[in-house]
Amino acid sequence: MLKKLKLRRSHALIFGGITIIGMVIWLWLSYQNKQKWPQTFGYGKTATQQDITKWDIDVRPDGKGLPEGSGNVADGAIIYTNKCAACHGADGKEIKGAKLPGPPLVVGGGKTKTIGNYWPYATTLFDYVRRAMPYNAPGSLTNDEVYSLCAWLLNENKIIKANQIMNARTLPKVEMPAQKLFIVDDRKGGPEVK
Amino acid sequence: MSMEQQDKPVKTTGKKISRRTLLGGALATAILPVTSVFAKYIQVGVPAIPDPTKQPGPLPGKVGTRSPFENPVKKPSDISSRTPLQDLYSTITPSDLHFERHHAGVPSIDPNQYELLIHGMVERPMKFSLHDLKRFPSVTRTCFIECAGNFRTGKEDITVQEILGLTSQSEWTGVMLSTLFRELGVDPKATWFLAEGGDAAVLTRSIPIRKAWDDAMIVYAQNGEAIRPEQGYPARLLLPGWEGNTNVKWLRRIEISDAPYFTREETSKYTYPVKDKIRMFSFEMDARSIITYPSFPQTIERGWIEIRGIAWSGRGKVVKVEVSTDAGKNWNEARLQGPVLEKAHTYFRHLWHWDGSETEILSRVTDETGYTQPTLKQLIDARGKDIGGYHMNPVTAWRIKRDGNVVFKPESHK
Ligand code: HEC
Repeated sequence: MLKKLKLRRSHALIFGGITIIGMVIWLWLSYQNKQKWPQTFGYGKTATQQDITKWDIDVRPDGKGLPEGSGNVADGAIIYTNKCAACHGADGKEIKGAKLPGPPLVVGGGKTKTIGNYWPYATTLFDYVRRAMPYNAPGSLTNDEVYSLCAWLLNENKIIKANQIMNARTLPKVEMPAQKLFIVDDRKGGPEVK
Repeated sequence: MSMEQQDKPVKTTGKKISRRTLLGGALATAILPVTSVFAKYIQVGVPAIPDPTKQPGPLPGKVGTRSPFENPVKKPSDISSRTPLQDLYSTITPSDLHFERHHAGVPSIDPNQYELLIHGMVERPMKFSLHDLKRFPSVTRTCFIECAGNFRTGKEDITVQEILGLTSQSEWTGVMLSTLFRELGVDPKATWFLAEGGDAAVLTRSIPIRKAWDDAMIVYAQNGEAIRPEQGYPARLLLPGWEGNTNVKWLRRIEISDAPYFTREETSKYTYPVKDKIRMFSFEMDARSIITYPSFPQTIERGWIEIRGIAWSGRGKVVKVEVSTDAGKNWNEARLQGPVLEKAHTYFRHLWHWDGSETEILSRVTDETGYTQPTLKQLIDARGKDIGGYHMNPVTAWRIKRDGNVVFKPESHK
């Protein structure tokens, strides 16, 4: 048995040689392939700072992206009544039996997920309201208006006090009650049902 | 599979035919007598048509139409529109039947004005016109897109379309995102990117950058033609196997970053309770299958029946579909229609002899990671009874009644 398994020296040399030649050809071919792709295709244009500023409206929980400006609860109440209440209800709470065009925003009697009991970051509120609300006129609010609406909505949800000012420094510091509940999905496939 | 549909009188189509006749212009004069006779029969809903071998039919046209006897339609609500999966015979969804889900309607975008901006942690921020995107080396792949909130139950008389019609499959063509990232010089420290749509929701999602290096694409074509407005015209993000919402449509901006943004769509929405926690960033769509024939409201007759359906997994290939015709006591391996593609709807078939007795038929899929589609009970045991509606992929059963009627077996959700 052992004898059979033992390769003769000359065989080993031949096999080794073939392997090395094969690898060289393979490397050369893959190099050739890569060669077909230039360093750059040269399509597209460099974006200017102006191009970026025009569209870059996102806000991260660490406050990156929040603009200058500020707002307060009292102003927020007025803006909310004028621009939001028609769809989200006078106090933003779920109305039993009634289905409004917009979802409830303030924790009320019902079990519905709202900013107060479900949203993990206050910065998301600024980001979302500025980009997408009011639904019928998205992008129409000034930064001050958005800060004031954040202040009012957070106060109605009993997360900040009525005298708290919202701006680029205070908003990221607001601690949302639901934040501690969130976990990142760690499933990777496999037989386990999770 | 629209078997019982054929007996129904055909509505709606008389108008279509006469409009086509008008559009025919000069040629219309020649074919008018023929088509108006045809249209008359259609309008009164009598399936008797003059012998088609005894008179010539309409001349070639610019755009084909469906047979007036076939009427597969999406099922729209205020926020989505569902694919009639029970009316399809294979895995490609005709583009006009691809499901829709959007958060502020379908925008209309001028392809000549369209620009995609990519910036953030890159050496060189860039913008690309649609023309630029189309010039890059292109790739075509077939895969499904499924909305993460694709689960309905609760009553017997619901169709496949109503239960899980928020999944569709197309052959997509576009440029690999990695090809674009290569142009920009992405900072190796980047871990996430933000994708933003150019619709009235200016919808945003944070995506782990590994997906860009793996198989993410920016696609501008669907089933061989330009992508449909409802699907993101002129260009959308395609993240094969990942929840529909992350496949951002009308893509206008990508920002490369070292942290997620926790946008509204990945916090307030598309997250779900798991016991006493809330799970976020569930990207892959778990393996799932459903029997599309026979299903409600179809009826069957005693004898041989080819059970048919679709199975898919966001984590890779379908390796096995099993079908039970005795309410889950015994399972038989179904035949898979090849080629089986990764992250793609896969058609399965199983031949069954129905003896006329009451029973339940169901299917379950196993994917290449070894994951087998769970029952609703398994899901509830694993996640708790407040399970919610996202990322639900339970085994679904059809009840076969003695009279051949097929109804859904609703399982209590909560
Ligand atoms: C014309 C009706 C309408 C108006 C006016 C309106 N909204 Fe909305 N709002 C909606 C709809 C509809 C949604 C759900 C959108 C979706 O599902 O993507 C929504 C969603 C929201 C959400 C997200 C809720 C959640 O749980 O995810 C917030 C926050 C919000 N609106 C705030 C506002 C504010 C602040 C204003 C006033 C500036 C406003 N809305 C004005 C209709 C409206």
